[in-house]
Amino acid sequence: MISPPFGSGRDPAEGTAPGPAVAEREPTTLSGIPVQLVYTAEDVSELDPRRDLGTPGSYPFTRGIHATMYRGRLWTMRQFAGFGTAEETNERFRYLLAEGQTGLSCAFDFPTLLGYDSDDPRAEGEVGRLGVAVDTLADMERLFEGIPLDRVSTSFTINSSAEIILAMYLAVAEKQGVPWDKVRGTVQNDILKEYTAQKTYIFPPRPSLRIITDMFAFCAEHVPNFNTISISGYHIREAGATAVQELAFTLADGFTYVEEGMRAGLPVDRFAPRLSFFFDVHNDFFEEIAKFRAARRIWARVLKERYGAKDPRSLRLRFHAQTAGVTLTAQQPENNVVRVALQALAAVLGGCQSLHTNSMDEALALPTETAVRTALRTQQIIAYETGVTRTVDPLGGSYYVEWLTSEMERRAEDYFRRIDEQGGVIAAIENGFVQREIADAAYRYQLALASGEEKVVGVNVFRDDEPAGVPILRIDPEVESRQIARLREVKRTRENRRVRQALAELERAARSGANLMPPVLECVRAYCTIQEMDDVLRDVFGVYEEDVSI
Amino acid sequence: MDAKAEDAPAMAGEARPIRVVVAKPGLDSHDRGAKVLARALRDAGMEVIYTGLHRTPEEIVRAAVDEDADVVCLSLLSGAHPVLVPKIVRLLREAGLTETVVMLGGTIPDDDVPAMRAAGVAAVFGPGSDLSEIVRAVREHVARARAGAAGA
Repeated sequence: MISPPFGSGRDPAEGTAPGPAVAEREPTTLSGIPVQLVYTAEDVSELDPRRDLGTPGSYPFTRGIHATMYRGRLWTMRQFAGFGTAEETNERFRYLLAEGQTGLSCAFDFPTLLGYDSDDPRAEGEVGRLGVAVDTLADMERLFEGIPLDRVSTSFTINSSAEIILAMYLAVAEKQGVPWDKVRGTVQNDILKEYTAQKTYIFPPRPSLRIITDMFAFCAEHVPNFNTISISGYHIREAGATAVQELAFTLADGFTYVEEGMRAGLPVDRFAPRLSFFFDVHNDFFEEIAKFRAARRIWARVLKERYGAKDPRSLRLRFHAQTAGVTLTAQQPENNVVRVALQALAAVLGGCQSLHTNSMDEALALPTETAVRTALRTQQIIAYETGVTRTVDPLGGSYYVEWLTSEMERRAEDYFRRIDEQGGVIAAIENGFVQREIADAAYRYQLALASGEEKVVGVNVFRDDEPAGVPILRIDPEVESRQIARLREVKRTRENRRVRQALAELERAARSGANLMPPVLECVRAYCTIQEMDDVLRDVFGVYEEDVSI
Repeated sequence: MDAKAEDAPAMAGEARPIRVVVAKPGLDSHDRGAKVLARALRDAGMEVIYTGLHRTPEEIVRAAVDEDADVVCLSLLSGAHPVLVPKIVRLLREAGLTETVVMLGGTIPDDDVPAMRAAGVAAVFGPGSDLSEIVRAVREHVARARAGAAGA
């Protein structure tokens, strides 16, 4: 039987200086790496700075991917947003741009993520709830109304159906008269972590990977400034993985995409420069910084040594970071502002290229405008007030940080070996290894919280039982009926013969192995719905069912 | 009645382990909490069936009937609870599961809790809930439901 750490009622630690007793066991990082009291030169005696660190902007990029880093250009401040209909999200986008945000990041609702139209029975109650509802190009046009696509970069959290959303964005660019080579942004498009963490998969792994490599090839030719994938550790971490697991599983997924691209006949330097990454930035300050540094070093070395990449852009691991949603508490939500600030600082000290800071109310609901503004201001304070941007990789050379960077690398390599022994990432997903590792870590963490071994201020220590009392964002339940009405109107006014032809052509391409992007673009221009397109692909590719285990 | 959790099975006059269906309704794909809870209930000696993701209300009710569930624990972090939860409770009752306890966890705003209770949800657990509290609540509600059924 699990017992709460301090029983109920007032917390014995409350109001006393040192708080709960200092643990007697050897302290470890959140990943369980034992930490010494102090680190000295002896702990990093095997580190060769020239070989293992380089200078900022040079191989192996441990210290950062740019020589001038934030002096040259600050990270992109990119708040994830999306709710309700396209109108409402468009309004939030414009608000964020007016408040000094420098890139957009779009969240879709679950029906869109899973390839269902807003009027499908499965979408009932879900439309516009956790992101914006997009059924057809008409929604995408409205979403970017008044936002010139050659002036912003937009990141889309879309995986299954990424090819459809990208095609819609390109079609909007056409309508705005913006050439595709001026279109910048990212589709998440990382299907492997869907099977292990985020779980918005539609098709089985093999056809999903084919769609992704089709996009690599199409974009290399036609949309050269668009990131075709954002290889994501964020969801792996949020699902319960440790920092070491996040690092290892994300990079292993990345290697798999490189191998798939090469297997599809693309030279590595043709697509690797457009691969980007997305990591979580969690509470354990130095471990997070070490994780980012280790990720850059591992990626550069493997791309160069194993895959023969020569273009320096292929070797540079560029990443977006988001503060850890799982660390937000519903209790005493104002404390979240502090957590987010510290996590964001770790991301900046770790050399991120773009950053999302969570809002204080996100353990309760999607954020209000006020809460989002504070989150954005947090980044602006780090950028303009703290002075941490003055020098590149200010923690480089710290005995502890360098030791920890190398230790994270060693532990990630252990995982790479274990995955290789099973026949690679896809095999390790299919046999459930990755999912089990993540679920075990999640459960261990929850037990550690229950025993008080891990502490969360306001939740299992320093509690007060006052209700949260912050205003939260309400999604108008009428959103669903408005969206359905709009969808019906599009279906009524479009040219249905063109729709049928476009869908038939999509099916032919799916069956023949031809690149899917051209027929998807034609479907999108004909105002086919997302479900019409995905249903064609479901028929051809089948659907993925996960093996349910606990 | 205020049965102590540990005494519950004996007081209800039977030793059958508590059977729990942990379910993910709708398109919500956040399964960390559901899986952690499923393990915790199993480790507390209950028989746990996890439905997996993306289940319709009808599929969840069928699982509850097939598994003879004492409790259905719904996990929702998608904001779809105002629509899906009342529907599931109604379908459960229509399927004759009048004593089956329904509990709800996830990101449920405080303001929505009264409506969830009114719909027939016995208890609602938000983020940061202690696992042991949930385990205790499951035991208590099942003890009450079994006692009610025995007395009927």
